[in-house]
Amino acid sequence: MLAFVLRRLLQSILVMLTVALVAFVLFNYVGDPINSMVGQDVSLADREAFRQQLGLNDPVVVRFARFVGQFIGGNFGVSYRMQEPVGKLIAERLPASLELSFVAALFALLAGVPMGVYTGLYPRRWLSRLMLSASLVGVSLPTFLIGILLIVLFSVVLPLLPSFGRGDVVKIGWWSTGFLTVSGLKALIMPAITLGLFQMTLIMRLVRAEMLEVLRTDYIKFARARGLTNHAVYFGHALRNTLVPVITITGLQLGAIIAFSIITETVFNWPGMGLLFVQSLQFADIPVMATYLVLIAFFIVIINLVADLLYFAVDPRLRSDLGARAI
Amino acid sequence: MRTRSNQPLLDVRDLKVEFFTRRGALTALDGVSFQIDRGEVLGVVGESGAGKSLTGAAIIGLLEPPGRITKGEIQLEGRRIDNLSYDDMRKLRGRQIGAIFQDPLTSLNPLYRIGDQIVETIRTHLPMSEAQARKRAIDLLQEVGIPSAAERIDHYPHQFSGGMRQRVVIALALCAEPRLIIADEPTTALDVSIQAQIITLLKRLCRDHGTAVMLITHDMGVIAETADRVAVMYAGRIVEIGPVQQVIRHALHPYTQGLMGAIPAVGADVEKLTQIEGSMPRLTAIPAGCAFNPRCPHVMDRCRTERPPLVGLGGASVACWLHTGRAEAARA
Amino acid sequence: MALAQQITDRFHRAMDSDIYYSFRRSPLTIAAAATTFVIFFAAAFAPWIAPHNPFDLASLDLSNALKPPFWSQDGLMAFPLGTDDQGRDVFSTIMFGARISLIVGVCSVVFAMLLGVTLGLMSGYIGGAVDSIIMRIADVQLSFPAILIALMIDGIVRGVVSSQRYEEIALFVLIVSIGLASWVAYARTVRGSVMVERNKEYVQAARVIGLSPTLIMIRHVLPNVTGPVLVIATINLGIAIITEATLSFLGVGIPPTTPSLGTLINTGNNFLFSGEWWITLFPGAALAILVLAVNLLGDWLRDALNPKLR
Repeated sequence: MLAFVLRRLLQSILVMLTVALVAFVLFNYVGDPINSMVGQDVSLADREAFRQQLGLNDPVVVRFARFVGQFIGGNFGVSYRMQEPVGKLIAERLPASLELSFVAALFALLAGVPMGVYTGLYPRRWLSRLMLSASLVGVSLPTFLIGILLIVLFSVVLPLLPSFGRGDVVKIGWWSTGFLTVSGLKALIMPAITLGLFQMTLIMRLVRAEMLEVLRTDYIKFARARGLTNHAVYFGHALRNTLVPVITITGLQLGAIIAFSIITETVFNWPGMGLLFVQSLQFADIPVMATYLVLIAFFIVIINLVADLLYFAVDPRLRSDLGARAI
Repeated sequence: MRTRSNQPLLDVRDLKVEFFTRRGALTALDGVSFQIDRGEVLGVVGESGAGKSLTGAAIIGLLEPPGRITKGEIQLEGRRIDNLSYDDMRKLRGRQIGAIFQDPLTSLNPLYRIGDQIVETIRTHLPMSEAQARKRAIDLLQEVGIPSAAERIDHYPHQFSGGMRQRVVIALALCAEPRLIIADEPTTALDVSIQAQIITLLKRLCRDHGTAVMLITHDMGVIAETADRVAVMYAGRIVEIGPVQQVIRHALHPYTQGLMGAIPAVGADVEKLTQIEGSMPRLTAIPAGCAFNPRCPHVMDRCRTERPPLVGLGGASVACWLHTGRAEAARA
Repeated sequence: MALAQQITDRFHRAMDSDIYYSFRRSPLTIAAAATTFVIFFAAAFAPWIAPHNPFDLASLDLSNALKPPFWSQDGLMAFPLGTDDQGRDVFSTIMFGARISLIVGVCSVVFAMLLGVTLGLMSGYIGGAVDSIIMRIADVQLSFPAILIALMIDGIVRGVVSSQRYEEIALFVLIVSIGLASWVAYARTVRGSVMVERNKEYVQAARVIGLSPTLIMIRHVLPNVTGPVLVIATINLGIAIITEATLSFLGVGIPPTTPSLGTLINTGNNFLFSGEWWITLFPGAALAILVLAVNLLGDWLRDALNPKLR
């Protein structure tokens, strides 16, 4: 097992380095960093001197190493558009994005898994058919459209919920949270549902498909042949086996949620990293783009690593080199 | 000879199973009748697709839709069981009728320890505490020949070899003390060297516990070793049924004769194995009359139009027009 | 006459097949297929059959601006779904917009399919280092959502090229970026198939005879993968359309000069709160119906081609 963990760690580091390379390329070869940092009327000689001073004429490998070092040290450059350190910009917006993603993920899981189990166990009931039809619609509607529809329903037609912003937030140290105020919670509802709906339908369909597969296996047939109660067969054996592969896929979904928060934040004007990223795209603000990319990659890599380790904890077949050898 | 003094354990009467597909109703089992006495081993032999496994599934109540029992009865100790509710049937399974399937690799839930799986089954049917059930599970594992049972009870299925796993499966099937076990090709997926061990184990256990066995297989050798009586199935019907040695040595039905002829005797100088021409008909194209008539070397006109009934002839029963005359004469 | 007989035979076989049977049995699928066909048709022939041309600046009349749909009080039959702030007929813009959305969607799927199948074939057949590299890239790419990758590529192009030039090439950029984001599924499927076939004896036999094993393999592999590849393609079509719409909605996709459905929804969004809901909701409905129909067809195809469910 140790070998597995080490291998995965190595893989993760490799992925991060690759992403860092892409970011490096972006920083230094897309557009001219010097041109973006200084005004128009700086002379060519001065630009050259500036370039030398910033070490932009050193060999590529050296610059890459320096780049990685800077990143690890927390220096992410300065935003072209806002003229502020990228690190500061991101730190301000991180809590908003993370809180939104967390609530959306929770919603997706808590609604998706039970619905998936139900439609897998009782596929012919009308409620199952209804849920499946609704899920098909959920998968077909783009996130932004869901957001707009919710806004129309709950902000325009029935003025119940706020359609933009985060409401009032409470600062705890460096973190600003919207969980502790009523307006903060109200502002969270529509964006969280918008963000989580797509994932919820995916999880539901996945759990259902997995459930149907499991119910066809020999060991379920044998369990029934032994006269085990429906409860034991469905919620003991079938459910346990269904949830195992669902874990890693759900892990991947968390990464998707963080990415899709870009859209939701745009629709609801939610002051998070995603909105920052979109604005940076529109203005070709390379430092923000590149930093966001690396940060997202980091989150995704960590989430995937944790999901893989969880797999280990749950499936005894993967632990076999620790157990007794087969006789 | 079989004694008919007490009623048989299992009585299958004129069982008909049909599958309802978009192409219409397909008859998979057509008028299957047989009995199993207490403690008896009945072998059920035939080619793939003859309906052997289906019969087992129908008896234990696990027929998968679109299949359904459309005619006939199944009785367990005189009580009709084919029309029970799902929950009543469930209580019978494991406790009265157990089952063993072909592939030990997939029969066990890989995520649960084998001890937990056995204890769960025991406690579903018998009023025992966790500790009592666990003790019983260890005893069972020892009985089926798992070494260091007290330790290995906490192992997972993947930690056992194929033969060992099948032993665990047998333990699971027997743990609630059923009166009848339906063993569907229990050794087919195992190495030849292990097959003999498992068959011997099954035979011994069932004798010790007084359990009857319906042994489904396509391997005549296993039947010869293990069964008291054998039923030969073809295209969803029983064509011959009788004591094992009698059917093997003096096969009455041309199909059975063909099967025996295809097995070379040890030490015999055989140039070519006899083959039965043609193959078993598909469900959509079962011939009228006797299902075997296109392939039968002794076919008569009557065989093509009328289906022969199963008639008793000196200890065995056979469904063939060749013998019906003699059987009627013998009775007269 | 033999040919005619052959054709009618094939037709009867197709009509009698399981796939067509399951198609006929499901009214929903028929409705989905019909809807998709109608939308495809309307989009393909939009320049000729749309009631107005909303991009002919000369034909626009500002006095027609912000008219509501024809069933409202101020609505006109000439503009059945209303007009936007420039006087453009919403119905026509939807047709043109669907055209762009479908072009990007279909082309990106075809691009991804070609790229993925080729890479899969190479990866499976050549093996070794080539296989390792391609699969490593695939693994890394799989952990990132497609939309992120498409956004990145699009963003890079924007950074490199002037915004004028970008407007000209936006269509291609989107097709390529969405395609690059989705090739992996095809590659993996094909690679798996190739690796199975590669070890089979007929390939070695062909080599002995002197036939090109590559050709033989392709002849045997491709029929096997057509089913799964088609299924992946239909799933991806829905995703591609949504991805393009999302990118356009975010303002980094198709520009408003030749808008797609996503761009229309974006520009219409500004009028939502002032009460002109039709400018954004009708394109939104069109997008939803299109993707829904495509997904329904994909679902049916998946079930029909799945041997386990037959």
